[in-house]
Amino acid sequence: MYDKGKVITGLAIFFLVFTFPFWSNIGKTAPMPERSLDTPVLQEMAREAGLDLEQALKEGAINCVEDKDYIVSQHMHLLNLWRDSVVRSGNRMYAGAFGKRHEMSLSKSCMNCHSNKKDFCDRCHNYMNVNPYCWDCHLTPEQMGTASDAEVKQ
Amino acid sequence: MSATRREFLKIAGIAAAAGAAATPAFASFIPGNILWPRGESKRDEAYTAKRWAMVIDLAKLDQKVVETVREACHAAHNVPDFLKVAGMGAGEAKRSEIKWIWPAKYESAFPNDMNEHMSANVTQRPVLVMCNHCDNPSCVRVCPTKATFQRADGLVLMDYHRCIGCRFCMAACPYGSRSFNWYDPRDAKDPKTLVGGRAVDPGFPTRTKGVVEKCNFCAERLARGEAPACVAACKNNEMVFGDLSDPESPARRLLRERYSVRRKPEMGTGPQVYYVI
Repeated sequence: MYDKGKVITGLAIFFLVFTFPFWSNIGKTAPMPERSLDTPVLQEMAREAGLDLEQALKEGAINCVEDKDYIVSQHMHLLNLWRDSVVRSGNRMYAGAFGKRHEMSLSKSCMNCHSNKKDFCDRCHNYMNVNPYCWDCHLTPEQMGTASDAEVKQ
Repeated sequence: MSATRREFLKIAGIAAAAGAAATPAFASFIPGNILWPRGESKRDEAYTAKRWAMVIDLAKLDQKVVETVREACHAAHNVPDFLKVAGMGAGEAKRSEIKWIWPAKYESAFPNDMNEHMSANVTQRPVLVMCNHCDNPSCVRVCPTKATFQRADGLVLMDYHRCIGCRFCMAACPYGSRSFNWYDPRDAKDPKTLVGGRAVDPGFPTRTKGVVEKCNFCAERLARGEAPACVAACKNNEMVFGDLSDPESPARRLLRERYSVRRKPEMGTGPQVYYVI
């Protein structure tokens, strides 16, 4: 191999620069954010079940429209399916996993329980650096006038 | 590099086997139950029809009715009012205006139905014009993303999520029923207010900069068993809606009793807003 020294030095420098984002961030992992489920509507649902919120969530006394794991990993997909169903076929009701019928509406169903957009949606979306364009058109709980008290104060 | 036929077939066979074996491995990365998990349905109280249509009684329209209807529609659908923006030139305000239902002169609404010496009672009245929810909608044919589409019950609707703002539909519509959002319809300073000062109605989303919008025949109100906002705002049956496939619907009854015209039927779009004279 000609110019062995130069080639290997060059490759080494390239490798260092290329992997800069990885080694410069070693040990600086940002902690995974915890989403908050503490909203007036969910508190009320727990009270109706005769439990406090944490217990009610743990025991499955209050549920989302689908299983929690499915919602955490697939909520964006579910929202797309809801959108197509409502907009294209005019079917607005959804048979939930826990025996209830829900209106397929981001503002009226999802955000009714999760009125704390900043502590529920935004925490994870900011962490993951995703910018869904929902709120360009749809109204936030604040704009709907249904935001939880803590949200309004912020 | 050269390979014999036998070598080539061997490699191809191994690659195919590896591909077949890898498919389930890749599939395991996709979380289960990704497809439509449950059933969807209409609300029990929803209005349904085989063919929706609107009938407008021209003899009953006057300035007051027109204003009431327009305000009811635009308030229910969060339509901004650029004509009320201070500091915007008249030309630009007019170009930016968003219109779902609006008054037109008889001669512009029905350019081919103008005869000489017509009764002023017909030609001098305001005509309420809106999207005609055509049977053969030219906007749907030209839309490159299927953002605008025709539903089975005849309504021509928009999926704003898909609209890329190319405005082909605006060029294709012979009725000027579509408006483009040159600006964000929300007031930049106050997110609870629309441009022009109207408060945002929490019951309906706004649109965003860069999409086309138009009348949706109040699909969202029909879905919960309510008459369209314009019809509901009419005190004296100036506007009537109904199922054209049902001979006893209010729309069919009115069409049976009175002489009716449609806007530019010669364009072949099959408009489904009827005007009785």
